[in-house]
Amino acid sequence: MNLGSIDPILLLASLMVAATPILLAAIGELVVERSGVLNLGVEGMMISGSVLGFVAAIATGNAWVGFFVAALGGAGMALIFGILTQFFLSNQVATGLALTLFGLGLASLLGQGYLGVKAPSFPDWHIPLLGDIPVIGPIVFQHDPMVYVGLIIVAGVWWFLNKSRAGLVLRAVGENHEAAHALGYHVVRTRLLAIMFGGACAGLGGAYLSIVRVPTYADGLTAGAGWIALAIVVFASWKPLRLLLGAYLFGGVTVLQLNLQAAMLSLLDILSAILFISAVLVILIGAIKLRTVTKKMMLWALGLLIAAVLIYFYAAMGWPFNETLWLSSSPYIATIFVLVIMASGGAPGSLGKTFHASR
Amino acid sequence: MNDPLLKLSGLTKAYPGVVANNDVSFNIRAGEVHALLGENGAGKSTLVKTIYGLVKPDSGTMTLEGAPFTPAEPRVARAAGIAMVFQHFSLFEALDVAENVALGMENPPPMRDLAARIKEVSETYGLPLDPSRIVGDLSAGERQRVEIIRCLLQDPKVLIMDEPTSVLTPQEVEILFETLRKLQSEGTAILYISHKLEEIRALCDEATVLRLGEVVGTCDPRTSSAREMAELMVGGTLHVPEREIGESGETLMKIKGLSVASPAEFGTSLKGINLDIRAGDVIGIGGVAGNGQDELLAALSGEIRTPAGNIFFHDQDIGHHAPDLRRSLGICAAPEERMGHAAAPDMSLTENAALTGRKRKNLTKNGFIDWASARTFAEEIIERFDVRTPGTANAARSLSGGNLQKFVIGREILQDPQVLIVNQPTWGVDASAAAAIRQALLDLAAKGAAVIVISQDLDELMEISDYFAALNEGRLSPLRPAQGLTVDEVGLMLGGAHDMEVAHVDA
Repeated sequence: MNLGSIDPILLLASLMVAATPILLAAIGELVVERSGVLNLGVEGMMISGSVLGFVAAIATGNAWVGFFVAALGGAGMALIFGILTQFFLSNQVATGLALTLFGLGLASLLGQGYLGVKAPSFPDWHIPLLGDIPVIGPIVFQHDPMVYVGLIIVAGVWWFLNKSRAGLVLRAVGENHEAAHALGYHVVRTRLLAIMFGGACAGLGGAYLSIVRVPTYADGLTAGAGWIALAIVVFASWKPLRLLLGAYLFGGVTVLQLNLQAAMLSLLDILSAILFISAVLVILIGAIKLRTVTKKMMLWALGLLIAAVLIYFYAAMGWPFNETLWLSSSPYIATIFVLVIMASGGAPGSLGKTFHASR
Repeated sequence: MNDPLLKLSGLTKAYPGVVANNDVSFNIRAGEVHALLGENGAGKSTLVKTIYGLVKPDSGTMTLEGAPFTPAEPRVARAAGIAMVFQHFSLFEALDVAENVALGMENPPPMRDLAARIKEVSETYGLPLDPSRIVGDLSAGERQRVEIIRCLLQDPKVLIMDEPTSVLTPQEVEILFETLRKLQSEGTAILYISHKLEEIRALCDEATVLRLGEVVGTCDPRTSSAREMAELMVGGTLHVPEREIGESGETLMKIKGLSVASPAEFGTSLKGINLDIRAGDVIGIGGVAGNGQDELLAALSGEIRTPAGNIFFHDQDIGHHAPDLRRSLGICAAPEERMGHAAAPDMSLTENAALTGRKRKNLTKNGFIDWASARTFAEEIIERFDVRTPGTANAARSLSGGNLQKFVIGREILQDPQVLIVNQPTWGVDASAAAAIRQALLDLAAKGAAVIVISQDLDELMEISDYFAALNEGRLSPLRPAQGLTVDEVGLMLGGAHDMEVAHVDA
């Protein structure tokens, strides 16, 4: 084992960067779904944003212009979806899938001349004072501005949905569009705005990949990030703060597993260690915080211990195990596992249903 | 008080193929409770939606307090002092009471003040409500309080109520009326839509009757009889079902201590139900919606399987029998939801007839459906139950609600069941068709079958039942002979007033 080759500060710092594209795309889709529309075209809007933003950034030499154009492009793509589903009442699932295919093709075409070109620089932002704090400074306060834009959008969406009148109307439209219409709210207008916001966010997420994260354009750059964003929205029970947790968890495990692969650590050893530590934690939490160790907690701890021993035994026997495969899938498994355990509350009542104001 | 508060003149609204309102004119004075009567499809909903700004009339004018009133959208109407309590579709189950109220107001105060106001107003009018509760967890009566309080907070001049009592117990209706009379004494005009004529006679000062979009008459409901008003609505004489009181026969079906969990998320579980079903009886089961009606039907029809020892048919334990097997034995059922539950909307009437009639009408030959006999069966239903449709090849979806209901009930009755269970047999069906359906149910019972009618319409149950029982929170009261039951007794059986109290403000 060689844990020394992993720098925890660097790991945590790159977590925030790795999570940002998915976070941006997911928070946009969260607003769309809270308004009752299911847009499966996130992947297509993301990759369009990544190529449009990249082209604009190269042409002007300014990354900010790139992000702006990416947001516009994403919103434009979303508007196509919006017009088709809200005015022509097309099926949302089919239209969303078509939008993904359309976006992938469009990006591939537009990106022809830009393969391998390097993006203009987008320097990190060393926040004065806060950035100088040891350990926390480099982890949290020394990133490029888009990381903070993403966080501000999440906070803004949370405030909008829970505290503002317009957010209440948006939730009402998503919950029961018939009732919202009967009370005189504009279902289609609300949804179109939400859809365009979702598209703009997805575009930003895509551009973050091509301008900052990679930073170059390549075909299929998003590699399924849009689908992850969709899944995170569902597993986060349509709540912005859980979504933040999910995106960071996903980003964190992604970065961690890459480091683990580089460090040639054995996943089975780590797993059994994690399980063992969790078992001890369950008992400790019970003993210290709740002052009692219930029978249920004992059973949990026992189960975790048995799992740890079994995995350790499997590793010790030297039975076949595909390290890379399991490591690569670990971000997906971990994110889904955690968010499913936390899951609460259902989907918006009118999600995915077509609205037509009859009579 | 002679100047009308709201004056409608010559309102006309046409939709493709149908004139919903034709030259409708009448006046509402301040402090008046004005009834709007009419059958389904008479144009009542279109008319109130016009007043509320949801529908734009093709021609005609409205005047509110002497000034022209042309609301382009509901917020304009609300600002002018029009409030509406909807029959369906106007609450958001996942939001809490305060949020629901805020959505129905033009300029809601901040949430904390609003919660305090809701508490204050709800207690003044005797409709207690906790502003922080999620609407999805409330009972039907409590949900209606949310709607009413939403309107009261805006000090409306005109309050429109669309079928407000269809989900209330008689005691809850009485409390609602107290609240309305209190509002009336404060000078609020109330436009009250209902087809429960006795309620209108008890509450309203004037009535306007609509038929096929036109005003066919006005009357004073305090002096007209319910029958006169009904005949104005229907435009002809009303046939009242006749029933011969027969002796109860042998016990066909027996339910002992049946408890099952509801398969639906917000459903009601059945708790310890006992029922003896005897040949020749019509058993009416009343109850406010959502008290286990769907679950009871599902348990009897076989959609929910039950443990052994709960349901017997001719002393045979049938708890684990599937619906098809029960049908072969002679137990047929027609659930409440017509589209998608009782009938497959996109399949033709022939196919729908074959779906449940397959076993009892021998519609299969060597494992294949015998389409010729299936069509004959469907034609027989259409003929005998006066289903208005061009033919058996039409999709079930193309039928109006009342016509499809006649088809669904007819399909089960013509299979000559020994036990028939129906849920809401005349819901949304116009008066004459409802009378025909009730007559058919009585005829079936007269031939020696047992009929169980689950319904929320108490008048209907009193009209056709031999025995009555009430479902309340999944529990079934003991059977009582229907003759001689008073409305008060029935109300108490249905669960009373669910902690409502009468308005305690001095008028």
